[in-house]
Amino acid sequence: MSKGAKANEVLANPALAIETKGLFKSFAKQTAVNGIDLSVPKGSVFGFLGPNGSGKTTTIRMLLGLTSPSEGVVNVLGQSMPANLQSVLPKVGALVEGPGFYPFLSGEANLKRLDTADRLADPKTRNERVAKALERVGLTVAAKKKVHAYSLGMKQRLGIANALLQPRDLLILDEPTNGLDPQGTREVRNLIKSLASEGTTIFVSSHLLAEVEQLCTHVAVMSAGNLVSQGELAELRHMGQTRVSVTTPDADAAFALMTGLGLVPVVHELAHSDSSLIAPVSSAFEPEILAAALVAAGVRIRGFAVEEPSLEERFVSLTGEGFDVFQ
Amino acid sequence: MSSSNSSPVKGNLGLSLLASELSVLFRRRRTWAMLTAVALIPIFLAFAVRLSSQVLVPGEGPPFLDRVTQNGLFTGFTAMIVAIPLFLPLTIGVVAGDTIAGEAGQGTLRYLLVAPAGRIRLLLVKYAGAAAFAAAATVILMLTGLLIGAALFPVGPVTLLSGEVITVSESLVRSLLVAMYVWVSLLGLSAIGLFISTLTDVPVGAMAATVVVSVVAQILDVLPQLAPIQPWLFSHYWLGFADLLRQPLDWTSFGQNAIVQAGYIVVFGALAYSRFATKDILS
Repeated sequence: MSKGAKANEVLANPALAIETKGLFKSFAKQTAVNGIDLSVPKGSVFGFLGPNGSGKTTTIRMLLGLTSPSEGVVNVLGQSMPANLQSVLPKVGALVEGPGFYPFLSGEANLKRLDTADRLADPKTRNERVAKALERVGLTVAAKKKVHAYSLGMKQRLGIANALLQPRDLLILDEPTNGLDPQGTREVRNLIKSLASEGTTIFVSSHLLAEVEQLCTHVAVMSAGNLVSQGELAELRHMGQTRVSVTTPDADAAFALMTGLGLVPVVHELAHSDSSLIAPVSSAFEPEILAAALVAAGVRIRGFAVEEPSLEERFVSLTGEGFDVFQ
Repeated sequence: MSSSNSSPVKGNLGLSLLASELSVLFRRRRTWAMLTAVALIPIFLAFAVRLSSQVLVPGEGPPFLDRVTQNGLFTGFTAMIVAIPLFLPLTIGVVAGDTIAGEAGQGTLRYLLVAPAGRIRLLLVKYAGAAAFAAAATVILMLTGLLIGAALFPVGPVTLLSGEVITVSESLVRSLLVAMYVWVSLLGLSAIGLFISTLTDVPVGAMAATVVVSVVAQILDVLPQLAPIQPWLFSHYWLGFADLLRQPLDWTSFGQNAIVQAGYIVVFGALAYSRFATKDILS
């Protein structure tokens, strides 16, 4: 252990909230996490993506000291884990693999119970902090209700409230919008944004790509225990292809014109005798030239769009088939 | 932004977690259902003796049963003897088996540890909760016995096993000593239950296994071939509180029992620690 601690001190980078090197975990004969090097910058909203069973939750459990790595090192907030768990975790709020509560206690009593587990939590401010956390997730009205009467979405929000019992430097949220309705999802997204603007680093695992695209500044992608990509969201997106899409009933004329401009459109027939022509374009492409040329040629334009490369395509290309994008 | 407590880990002693553990334990309906069942044992026993016209011959039925009609203060002792072999171990099995596995099963274990509760601290608190339950069960059993005995039967000075007669107030002290003896008797089993509870995420399995262990120990205790190891069985002294009903008070069996129980607490506490301290929490 002392050997590992020494290596960590050299490794700890003050600009990073989470840093792992060669993090490896195997259960029996199965490798769950295969030597990953995560770098989560302080102040980022970091999306941790990957299909089910790709090792996200196992990684999160190692970050929180719930399981110990088979190999490799973990630094959280500049200190090695799990050796410094007692001083690191009070600064970390977490939601791990769904909420877990005492069904026979009220939501409020549950939070108080979990708050007593933190030795650094001040008992004098407990009631106040619990009330504030419940308010932040909109559960004040249901505070006195027993948790077994909560819906899945309410439990999920109570789980987030638990992560917010203290001011945190880092929030680790595993699938925070799981089980939430669209309003709840939106609220959680806004909550994450406001926490991020206060300076909290947020590490959020998800397989909802649209959400990650709206929320995150950085992204990492796991696939079968490996970290297949990591970086700023914009960077990752740029690896994809921008496309221009034209919807028109005059497919032939538009096709000829686009080909004349050096584009290679693919034609899809739509309803009402419309067609859409989609062509990949380079970054130097100026869409207004195409639009002007189409109008000048009398092509009736019913839709015109420049589509940024979507994260989704990038993921499918990184993680292969079977990625349950919309689940 | 920094957290409000930047001081190195010090904080309070963690007594608030203990208080919370006790309040969660004693707010559960299950706990009160078991304590109610425990209280019903002396009540049933007293009514059965009161309502039956049969005159009991000394030596028939559980020890002291014949004395209950003469002196209600014996109801508590008799009920204790009836409850020790199975009923009390059953309730201990439920509470001690549930300690860690119950938290794991309902998903709260990971949140307690992430809080961070500290694994050793959590084990200690959990064990203290189980021990508190054992104390509540034995005291409730004895008190209910005394009350129902006093209500249904004459109460007076108690003739001890050694022949001396002690006053009512002195006999109340002895009753509490017997309750304490039985409480200590259950602490070894509670430690075994705590250890078993660290092995699984299925609380019912840990509960059943703990009860089975207590039954097996009592079976081993009656096989003559195993005489050499019997003094080391945690159940060996369970019914040995008769010494507390002699004059002068004889602490020998209390001491022997306490030593055996302490041994089990140390061994199974250490096993629970070594298992739990490094366990991968996957629940």
